[in-house]
Amino acid sequence: MCGAPDQDTLPSLEVSAGEAVIHGHVTRGGAGLPGAYVRLLDGTGEFTAEVQVSATGYFRFYAAAGDWTLRTLAPGTSVDTPATAVQGQAVEVTVDVPA
Amino acid sequence: MSRADVLVDADWAEAHLDDPKIVFVEVDEDVSAYDGGHIKNAVRLDWTQELQQPEARDLIDQDAFSALMSKKGISNDDTVVLYGGNNNWFAAYAYWQFKYYGHENVKLLDGGRKKWELDGRELVKDVPSRAETSYTAASPNAAIRAFRDEVVPSIGSKNLVDVRSPDEFSGKIKAPAHLPQEQSQRAGHVPTAINIPWSKAAADDGSFRSDDELAKLYADQGFDDAKPTIAYCRIGERSSHTWFVLHELLGKTDVKNYDGSWVEYGSLVGVPVEKDV
Repeated sequence: MCGAPDQDTLPSLEVSAGEAVIHGHVTRGGAGLPGAYVRLLDGTGEFTAEVQVSATGYFRFYAAAGDWTLRTLAPGTSVDTPATAVQGQAVEVTVDVPA
Repeated sequence: MSRADVLVDADWAEAHLDDPKIVFVEVDEDVSAYDGGHIKNAVRLDWTQELQQPEARDLIDQDAFSALMSKKGISNDDTVVLYGGNNNWFAAYAYWQFKYYGHENVKLLDGGRKKWELDGRELVKDVPSRAETSYTAASPNAAIRAFRDEVVPSIGSKNLVDVRSPDEFSGKIKAPAHLPQEQSQRAGHVPTAINIPWSKAAADDGSFRSDDELAKLYADQGFDDAKPTIAYCRIGERSSHTWFVLHELLGKTDVKNYDGSWVEYGSLVGVPVEKDV
């Protein structure tokens, strides 16, 4: 696997015992916000990864267990959302971006 | 070499979209991004299918690079402006490859695709047609590429800059956090490597930080200007971004990109590995 996985669907993820997944949707007014970017920052605020969300606003990160911040960028706005990854689980987060 | 020689901003790009001697080239980690819209008149380079050999894990060779450029309609005297997602991560990899094969005029669009989108600039779906050319790639520039046999003797003597995220460096995870965790056989880093994540060189919008900020970033982490440098990451793309910063923006001499990177080094038998977790 070289490139990022398809960010299109919210899959029933098979999370292996060693993985800690954070995934979910970026929305504006309840609807998926395509084109937004989500940056994964570690507990010290250090950048770790970034994806562009899918046409439905979906994103996914394979993190390590622990506390993270999701920084969501859309034209004219930046929203920080805390998230805690758990080993062997997929944690779902919805980020609602103000209109 | 200065910033103006190797970087263009979006206003400059917009003013040159129709210039036939300036070729905009999109290179994305997600190779389908181009289909959803790209900068007007930009052509696509697929890093997975076009910039790497199909079987061996290696860059395409000199003849294949010549053929690729010819097919894309790029001439030796064209100015190539590369851009892409993820802070120009893969565009920087292509930039390094263009320099490896001696293309003289190549630049990055500062901020890449992300800043262009966040600024609300135009993306189009029309695919340009460029007449085929007769491009001639130069012999590989060995001065900017490191191979595995150079890395072990460099432990403790050269700047080994591991540009992966702190968790990859420490050995906690083996691949960036937006990818499934597979790849090298062992986790960790090359002993004596300093960890300066590639991402620290860019602002949130993907543009490069100022020369002063960049110089301080490396100096603060123990980068020694008196020593030659090898940068590596997982598969050589993020370290191309750092190679660009060190060699092209800051003008440091003797900087090589080790594109075998951790996927190769972390699978080698008999080499030292350091792990922090």
